Amino acid sequence: MAEHSHDWRFWRPVARWIARLFRTVWNTKGLARWIFLTGLALTFMFVIFALFAPWIAPYDFAQTSVDGVRFPKLGGPSSAHILGTNDQFYDIFSRVIWGARTALQVVLLSVVLSALIGVPLGLLSGFIGGWVDRIAVFLMDALYSFPSLLLAIVFSFLLRNAIGGGILAAALSLTAIYIPQYFRVVRNTTVSAREATYVEAARAIGAKPVTIMRKYLFGNVVQSVPVIGTLNAADALGTLAALGFLGLGIQPTEAAEWGYDLSRALDDVSAGRFAPAFWPGLAIVLLITALTLVGEGLNETLNPALRRRRIRQAVLPPRSDDSVADFMADTQTGTSASAWADPDGADGSKETPR
Amino acid sequence: MSAASGSLPRYIAIRLLLVIPMMWVLLTMVFLLLRVAPGDPVSAAVGDKLAPDALDARRHALGLDRPLIVQYFDYLGDVVRFDFGRTISDGQPVLDLIKHQGGATLTLTVGAFLFALLIGIPLGRLAGRRRDTPTDAAIRIFGVITYAAPIFWVGLMLVLLVVKLAPDWPIDDIATPETKYYVPEKTGIILLDAILVSDWISVKDILQHHVLPCFTLGLLLSGVIIRLVRVNVIQTMKGDYVEAARARGIPERRVVSKHAFRNALVPVITVIGLQFALTLSGAILTERTFNWPGLGNSLVNYVTARDYIAVQGLVTFFAIAVVLVSLVVDIINALVDPRVRY
Repeated sequence: MAEHSHDWRFWRPVARWIARLFRTVWNTKGLARWIFLTGLALTFMFVIFALFAPWIAPYDFAQTSVDGVRFPKLGGPSSAHILGTNDQFYDIFSRVIWGARTALQVVLLSVVLSALIGVPLGLLSGFIGGWVDRIAVFLMDALYSFPSLLLAIVFSFLLRNAIGGGILAAALSLTAIYIPQYFRVVRNTTVSAREATYVEAARAIGAKPVTIMRKYLFGNVVQSVPVIGTLNAADALGTLAALGFLGLGIQPTEAAEWGYDLSRALDDVSAGRFAPAFWPGLAIVLLITALTLVGEGLNETLNPALRRRRIRQAVLPPRSDDSVADFMADTQTGTSASAWADPDGADGSKETPR
Repeated sequence: MSAASGSLPRYIAIRLLLVIPMMWVLLTMVFLLLRVAPGDPVSAAVGDKLAPDALDARRHALGLDRPLIVQYFDYLGDVVRFDFGRTISDGQPVLDLIKHQGGATLTLTVGAFLFALLIGIPLGRLAGRRRDTPTDAAIRIFGVITYAAPIFWVGLMLVLLVVKLAPDWPIDDIATPETKYYVPEKTGIILLDAILVSDWISVKDILQHHVLPCFTLGLLLSGVIIRLVRVNVIQTMKGDYVEAARARGIPERRVVSKHAFRNALVPVITVIGLQFALTLSGAILTERTFNWPGLGNSLVNYVTARDYIAVQGLVTFFAIAVVLVSLVVDIINALVDPRVRY
């Protein structure tokens, strides 16, 4: 896979897959669609914040003065600082915007890393089977049973001595927490797919194990990864903020981080000051909710057991006599509804659970 | 399911035996993470304060200059004897730390569970009864928000509210300094100590201090309980015996409370136990938010002080707690539900 990564031939199937995903979502009916679209819109807003932070935020994340004039400490909302300033003289609005960049960087990095480790491990373990598989499952279960925040604390503790308290360190300390989830799902799908007839056929015509894994199992197994990925992203965001709140996350000199800002706001809150604690926290809640909604929506659209499709209403030709009507009713239940499709009837869709 | 495979004592025996490998794997993991990883405990904790030969002496005293495999078996042996080591930064045995501060964490989590049940069960029941109505939707959204909102932010917002509405209400620590001074320490649980000496003023003070942190942590846990009770009420309401109760003309209110609801509560017991990991993570954050003198707060302080031995000791203790709680939950589950057997 790696040798193709700069090649359009690698990206075209990915683009096609994403397009298919969107089409599936678009054709889904009911609440799942709106959950997904709301989540997507909110996530998109934060992505815009993250990408264009230097243009959206009026100041830099660690800026405490402009043109030699110092910002007020704990200043109230004003035209220069629409959400006020915090106890470190930072502009709260700028910190919230820059925080989106930090959060998305860390979360993306950790989710991609844990999928890159967890998926191949699960595939191998499920494919090899036997005692290797049993030991791997046992180890992953042990890792999974451990409180995730505690694991993140231990990792950030170790990594801080080794590579400091930057974005990479934070992402790495979150990575280990989420590996077991990919492992489990991928391993279980592999175990059941391994016995499928088409894999047996592949083996019979002499396909090598690597080929079977790459060509026959991988495509089956990656279906669930986007769902786990987005749900993990939501969780990872909460854990990142928690680490920051405990003072064990990204160091304030490296980047703006919402959790750290909340830890600074502890004293403000006892003094009844609202802004330094409210806004960074609201950003966390919104982004976590958005990612959760996208994950739930994806789950309900990608999972055929839960999916409800929008189906165009069938409009039958006018009936002439009863025998023809009976015949038509029979064929309608027998064939796919699209054979009778009428483009104008899309709104009067009816539920067909599949 | 054959009768031979379903004996309860057999299940409990196997489950008890399984504790040993589980514990071993977790302890090995803790050891590998904290000892084999690069970095030296002594220089990390006090490296900038002592001369190189003094550091070597410290390392020797802690046994850190011996081969790793020897250290590993020493570690396992110590844990079996409940010896979690002595902190580097302030020379305190970790076991003493657990005895002194474990109580605060314990009362915090127990109180949080009480609040979680108090909030979660009635709301979950209401949502289940009024399925697909606006009430149901509102309660479900409440459940999602309690999950999505970071617990420390919820805590901070509650503090803001309390500061505005009731300025005299305690917003941090487990008791006022006077209470801490007057209540003699016996059990390590300050609430119990105050009750033991019948100091009711202190008891009231301690309980008041508990309300805000327990409520905050309870909110986090209530989301799970709401979802669970709701689904179970909906499922049991479909049961044949509920239908039969209705057919006999029993009023709907009574059908829900006597016939459906009680059965819907059984899985809640299990899930409460399974939430232990979440509770522990939540407790660390709650303790930090409210400056609660518990184990989570100490853990974070020792991490900041780069005290390897203290962190290792506390993490070991948490790992043991996780294994034991899952054991207890599985056994309770087997007692309640005869389908769970090996």
